[in-house]
Amino acid sequence: MMMNSSVPLADASVLACHECDLLQTAPAHAAHGVCCARCGCRLLPGPGYQPATSLALVVAGLLVFVLANVFPVVGLEAGGVRTATTLLGTAWQLSQQQMQPVALLVLLTGVLLPGLELLCLLYLLLPLSLGRAPRGFAAVMRLVRILHPWGMVEVFLLGVLVSLVKLAHMAAVHPGIGLWSFFALILLLAGSASRFDAGLLWERYQACRATR
Amino acid sequence: MPRYPLKTAARHGLWSCHGCSLLCRLPAAAQQAAWHCPRCGAALHPRKPHSLQYAWAFLIAAVICYIPANLMPIMLTEMLSGTQRDTIMSGVVYLWQGGSWPLALVVFIASVLVPLLKILSMLLLLLTVHWRSRWAPRQRTRLYRLLEVVGPWSMLDIYVVGLLVALVQLQSLATIKAGPGAIAFGAVVVLTMLSAMHFDPRLIWDVFEDDDE
Repeated sequence: MMMNSSVPLADASVLACHECDLLQTAPAHAAHGVCCARCGCRLLPGPGYQPATSLALVVAGLLVFVLANVFPVVGLEAGGVRTATTLLGTAWQLSQQQMQPVALLVLLTGVLLPGLELLCLLYLLLPLSLGRAPRGFAAVMRLVRILHPWGMVEVFLLGVLVSLVKLAHMAAVHPGIGLWSFFALILLLAGSASRFDAGLLWERYQACRATR
Repeated sequence: MPRYPLKTAARHGLWSCHGCSLLCRLPAAAQQAAWHCPRCGAALHPRKPHSLQYAWAFLIAAVICYIPANLMPIMLTEMLSGTQRDTIMSGVVYLWQGGSWPLALVVFIASVLVPLLKILSMLLLLLTVHWRSRWAPRQRTRLYRLLEVVGPWSMLDIYVVGLLVALVQLQSLATIKAGPGAIAFGAVVVLTMLSAMHFDPRLIWDVFEDDDE
């Protein structure tokens, strides 16, 4: 593959902690839920990992993601005037007020990066659950790793709740379909994130490549 | 003083890949050259490269932005009675006086306490690694783990301001505009997150081995 490749360690029971780099061996017959002996960082995921169930969560997440961004999150009614906004509308209004950096931050952390992460996961999980190896697997895996900390959909939801209370004394507030979609999206995202395990996906990918 | 006689992977000549976490054995006498992961092709390093320099740079930038973020208004409310300028703290006070103290508490924790504690915790981590401290490594690792989890929550006020701006465009009643403090506050959130991402928690533990040599 590469000229100066190093050698992968053959023994899979030898683990290095990501957070303190302690080298340790996993106890025999303990394939799941192993924690680092020194700092307590989780080294192996819990049982029950299946790419197909992760795929189901990701597909559902994408559908709800579209709903959450198309339908208004909150509506406001005062003095006969009605306004409603989506997350995209929020970014648009901010950019109209010469607040482009803030608008960009809202757009990236609320819409673009979580959406891109879901698409990347779909690209990885769909072929893998069908027993095929997707092209550019390493690059997409790296992208998911970079994108993940910047998705802040759950923070946005709390932001909506705070805004609802702040506005309640000012006018009649109507929660929209978008708000319920965001609730569902957060649950689905949390479910898929807690199942995501880079090591297991890599093993699956290598197995799929070997049997092509 | 507790002793940690076990050795790290790096000391055994094993580097874990930053891209895919594969544990790789490096050929002897080749520790300094550019090596690549056999599985995903990412460059291998024993620790994140220039971890401390990047973490310090982002943290110092965050501290600088923290001042305007708290002093400048993040929200301007234009009403018939005049313009009201809200900083982060005055927003919390307003909520508290309005009687919704649980909400005031949530906003206070997310927008005031979390950014401040994030900056102080990163300072603590960076300084103790810099001074090669052997103090409470397990607790410091746990603190780092916590930092990564709470990182995004300080974005809360940015979203609130954005939503209010988009919703309250009722010409007869009021208009809400985002103030310059919002840009500075957004920068603090991004910079503290970048600083925490570049920090390598394994540096906390390396001192135990270096001293045993």
